[in-house]
Amino acid sequence: MSVDLATVKRVARLARIAVTDEEAARMEGELNTILGFVEQLNEVDVSGVEPMTSVMPMEMKKRVDQVNDGGKAADIVANAPECDENFFLVPKVVE
Amino acid sequence: MSELTRLTIAQAREKLQSREITATELTGAYLDAIDRSNDALNAYVSVTADIATQQAARADDRIAKGQGGALEGIPLGIKDLFGTEGVHTQACSHILDGFKPRYESTVTANLWADGAVMLGKLNMDEFAMGSSNETSYYGPVVNPWRGKDSNKALVPGGSSGGSATAVSAQLCAGATATDTGGSIRQPAAFTGTVGIKPTYGRCSRWGVVAFASSLDQAGPITRDIRDAAIMLKSMASTDPKDTTSVDLPVPDYEAAIGQSIKGMKIGIPREYRIDGMPEEIETLWQKGIAWMKDAGAEIVEISLPHTHYALPAYYIVAPAEASSNLARYDGVRYGLRKPGRDITDMYEQTRATGFGSEVKRRIMIGTYVLSAGYYDAYYLRAQKVRTLIKRDFETVFNAGVDAILTPATPSAAFGVGDQDMAADPVKMYINDIFTVTVNMAGLPGIAVPAGLDAKGLPLGLQLIGKPFEEETLFRAGHVIEQAAGHFQPERWWSV
Repeated sequence: MSVDLATVKRVARLARIAVTDEEAARMEGELNTILGFVEQLNEVDVSGVEPMTSVMPMEMKKRVDQVNDGGKAADIVANAPECDENFFLVPKVVE
Repeated sequence: MSELTRLTIAQAREKLQSREITATELTGAYLDAIDRSNDALNAYVSVTADIATQQAARADDRIAKGQGGALEGIPLGIKDLFGTEGVHTQACSHILDGFKPRYESTVTANLWADGAVMLGKLNMDEFAMGSSNETSYYGPVVNPWRGKDSNKALVPGGSSGGSATAVSAQLCAGATATDTGGSIRQPAAFTGTVGIKPTYGRCSRWGVVAFASSLDQAGPITRDIRDAAIMLKSMASTDPKDTTSVDLPVPDYEAAIGQSIKGMKIGIPREYRIDGMPEEIETLWQKGIAWMKDAGAEIVEISLPHTHYALPAYYIVAPAEASSNLARYDGVRYGLRKPGRDITDMYEQTRATGFGSEVKRRIMIGTYVLSAGYYDAYYLRAQKVRTLIKRDFETVFNAGVDAILTPATPSAAFGVGDQDMAADPVKMYINDIFTVTVNMAGLPGIAVPAGLDAKGLPLGLQLIGKPFEEETLFRAGHVIEQAAGHFQPERWWSV
C-alpha cells in the first residue's frame, strides 16, 4: 500500500500538524519508503496468532477506589502558555 | 584534567566512604570538566550546578554521620526524558519549551533517595526518536571517539547520545538513559560504554516522557559492568504509580559479578548474520563466542526465525503508540504555543512549529496505521508478528538457553550529517536491527564494549536474557569485560 498527496494531507489534518504543499510532497516520498519497508510483514503467516496486548504476562493492577491525591490546581497550570485563575485559556470555541 | 573524574562509581564510592575524597570535591571536578568540554561535545542541555553543589554538601554531611545511601555523593547525568522537579525537562523538543515539571520521575527520585548528585540534563534525540542524536532541538552530540588520524565528528548513537558521550568523556560518573528500540545499547556500543535495558516493568516509567509505552524502559549507561549493576539496583523499583511495574524484589545485581558462567548455555542466533555486515563485526562476534567458551559456557547454535520482521513490526507499533502519546502536545497545557485563526489552527501551527521532522514523520505513520480501514492491515498484523517474535525467544529459553550473544550494532559510529542516512530514513532505522527484537519481546539486553575496529572505533557485543534475569547478563557481561578490557578515547575535546 502507498499514500498519495491527498492522503498525506488528510493524515496531517488528523494528526493536527499543519503542512505546506512542499512539506506534504516530501513526506509523501518518506512515508512511502517506510510503508514499503513494513510491507514485508505480509510474508508472515499470522493465522491463528493472538495479537500481543501485554509484553509481560501480568495481571493489571488496580488502585483502590479512593481519593489519594489532588488539590494541585496551581501546579497543573504552572506550565501553561496562557492561564487565568487556574483555568487554561484557549481561543474562543463557541460563538 | 582532574584525576577525580577518572574514578568509576565503585571506586568513588570507596573513596567517599573512607573519606579520602568528599562529594563536594568530586562534584566540583565534574562541573569543571563539563564547563571545559560541553562546547565541543554538546552532551548537556542544562547544567544544574546549584542543585549539584547542594546535594553534594548534603551527601558529605550524611557520610560524616555514617548514613550514606548506595549512591551517596555520586554525580550523575540525567537524560532530558526524565521529569525532574523544577528543572529543564523537554525531551530535547522545541514543543516542550520552558517546561519544568512540578514532579519528579520515580527513577530519579530513587536515585536522589540513595544520595546521588544531579549534574544536569543530557542531550538526546527529540522524544527519543533517532539513532544518532541528530534530531535533538539542541543540536547533535559529538562522540568523544574519533577515527585514527581523523578529525571527523562522529555521532554517539541515539537516542541516549548525550548520556553515552557524557559517560565516555567522563563528564559524569554514570547516566540515566531509556531504550525503546535500542536507545541505551546502540549509543553504549558506539562510545565504548556499558548500557543495560532491563526487562520491561523493572524500572518505573512514571514521570518519564512517553514515546512508545509498551516498549519504553529506563536503564543506566556506565563505564563498566559493576557500575551498571550499582546504578540499576537504585533505579529499579516496584511503583504503584506505574501499572506495568513488576511486583518483584530488586536483586543485588552487584553480587552476580564474578560468578562463574561454567555450564551456562549461550545461544548464537543464526538470523543475526545479516547481508552487508562488516567483516569486523563477525570477527568480534567470534571472539565473544571464544571468550564464553573459555569461561566454561556451552555454545549452542539457535534459530529465532522471525528476527527479520522485528524492525518492520517496530516501525508500526512504535509510531502508532507515539502518535497517541504525543497527541497531548497541543499548546494548551504546557510548552510552546503558536497562535492560529481558531483553536484547530492553533493546534496545527503549534505542532508544526514544535515538532522536528523525524517526530512528525513518526506521528504521521502512526496516525495512518491506526486510521480507519488500515488498523487491521498494519497495527493488528504487527502486534501478531510481535507475538511470534516473543515466541521465538520463549522457545529457545525453554530449550535450556540461558542467554543469547549477538553483535550490538551492525557498524561502528558513523559521521555527523551522514548523507546516505539523511536521504533514506530506513537506513537510519537499520542501526537498531540487533537491539529492537529485545524491546519487542520485553526482554533484558546489555551492550558491553568488546573491541575496536580498524579505525580505532569501539564495537560492542549484546547479551539478551530471560525476563527479570538481569543477573545472568551481569555475570556473562563481566566475562566479556574481563577478556576485552576497557576502552577510553583520547582526550581532544577539553579546553
